[in-house]
Amino acid sequence: MAAMTFAEKVLSRACGRDARAGDIVTAKIDLAMSHENAALVLRSFKEMGAKSIWDKDKVVLLFDHRVPASTIKAAESHQVVRDFVRSEHIPMFYDLREGVCHQVLPEKGHILPGMLVVGTDSHTTTYGALGAFATGIGATEMAAVWATGELWLKVPETMRLRLEGVLPKHTSAKDVVLRVIGDLGSDGADYKCLEFVGRTVEQFSIASRMVLSNMSVEMGAKAGICFADQRTFDFLRPIARGTPMPLISDPGVEVEELSFDLSDLPPQVAKPHSVDNVVAVDEAEGIPIDQAFIGSCTNGRMEDLVAAERILRGKQVKHSVRLIVAPASREVYIEASEAGVLSSLARAGAVILNPGCGPCLGAHEGLLAPGERCIATTNRNFRGRMGSPAAEVYLASPETVAASALMGEIADPREMG
Amino acid sequence: MISGRVWKFGDHINTDLIIPGRYLDDYSPKNLAAHVMEDADPDFPQKVRAGDVIVAGRNFGCGSSREQAPLALKYAGISAVVAGSFARIFYRNAINVGLPVMVCPEAFAKVEVGDELHIDMERGEIEVFGKGTKLAFKPLPDFLVRILNEGGLVAYTRKRLR
Repeated sequence: MAAMTFAEKVLSRACGRDARAGDIVTAKIDLAMSHENAALVLRSFKEMGAKSIWDKDKVVLLFDHRVPASTIKAAESHQVVRDFVRSEHIPMFYDLREGVCHQVLPEKGHILPGMLVVGTDSHTTTYGALGAFATGIGATEMAAVWATGELWLKVPETMRLRLEGVLPKHTSAKDVVLRVIGDLGSDGADYKCLEFVGRTVEQFSIASRMVLSNMSVEMGAKAGICFADQRTFDFLRPIARGTPMPLISDPGVEVEELSFDLSDLPPQVAKPHSVDNVVAVDEAEGIPIDQAFIGSCTNGRMEDLVAAERILRGKQVKHSVRLIVAPASREVYIEASEAGVLSSLARAGAVILNPGCGPCLGAHEGLLAPGERCIATTNRNFRGRMGSPAAEVYLASPETVAASALMGEIADPREMG
Repeated sequence: MISGRVWKFGDHINTDLIIPGRYLDDYSPKNLAAHVMEDADPDFPQKVRAGDVIVAGRNFGCGSSREQAPLALKYAGISAVVAGSFARIFYRNAINVGLPVMVCPEAFAKVEVGDELHIDMERGEIEVFGKGTKLAFKPLPDFLVRILNEGGLVAYTRKRLR
């Protein structure tokens, strides 16, 4: 049989026949995740006349976008979903206490290599960091998944990104992925399955790999994969809720490949109002900021908080800047709390939020006024994303955001010692 | 056949421009239609009329998976979106909620605001009424046409489940 890509292998297994790039298949879904928009899924589910969920052990629900409820409407949406969870006896429901879906599902062992995962959130691609084929879908098609367990998918072409080189001090996975997005453009990987390979990826922690997979969607990718390796299995061993089915692309398979040497990579910044508007930090240095945000499904993990705290320890955030920190999950919150990271950040002047998505999508907890400027560790800087359409959002790594919070302007973390 | 008056938007019109996150706590048709495209054009919710068509550049609908984006356009009366290319989740969502979408890279350069388009989904042809311009696009795959013809995935699945 001709050599196959990772995407072809996962989707062949999921549809029960040999599937190749370009084929449209009806695939059986291994795991289906929804957050607050489960209310919208539920509306379509009921309108379809569906009676019950195809397999309750394959659905995970939680709240993270507006927690605790930001408006009465949001509270009503939570209520509708809670009632459904109760009446349907859906076992895997985390309500509002656990945090951001794309941190919670991996850390609770729901995501396994080789799985086909769909979620009603574009950053579902994050799970590719554990070698799962994971992609975002809409609410109504999730309702069809709830009803039938199946979904039509086009088997994507594959684009391989070879990342080589040891990153310089004070640069991290966020700088890598911003650099790649800057080069490829915001539709540079449209509909494709990205594979991140090479020494840089191999040496990355799972949390760092999640940054790459998470932001794959910002290039239009359908999925962003880091193949499972020993690090993945070590991460999963204490938590896995099933048996991994690790898959990799066959050695001889022909795919488009791009290489990046990252050994001289400076910290990167995405300027307003698109994620591919990327420059080296020195081209953005000195731009005054009003707010700095560290958190989100991209960069709200323990290693991110630790990196920011190292810069902020014993210092004070510039008085003109509001530094907001939201750990990505309850587990991250507890770990950072017990390690003294949260108290150190608070001493430096940070406002510590509960785990959740709030500020990243301008839902609540730190919206921007017209004319204000924010630097954030999040994933999108679209106009109006974090509040007023007349505000500006810059994207950067936790270290660059921390350094900027200290200086009151976009700053280079390499100059912080 | 779809007929409508043209509004134009450029490349990379993202889902935050189509319907900002700050309005997503309320998914009622009235709320979504009231704020559609307002960060791209603040007057758009007032100007748009039932049947209007959007013609856009590359990568329309990039960003979030929010189905409220095509829903907001549909609730505001938009009858079709013609774009150079679409982000994948938006494209799926549009079909699923019954909003016709077609990929036609040359449309943006050849169509003007206020033109009236006649769109033949089956033949894959767009006619600029009164100007003699005809543009071709690749018709949707049959099974997507079936979903659209049923009015969206809800009605389509309801039939299948019965």
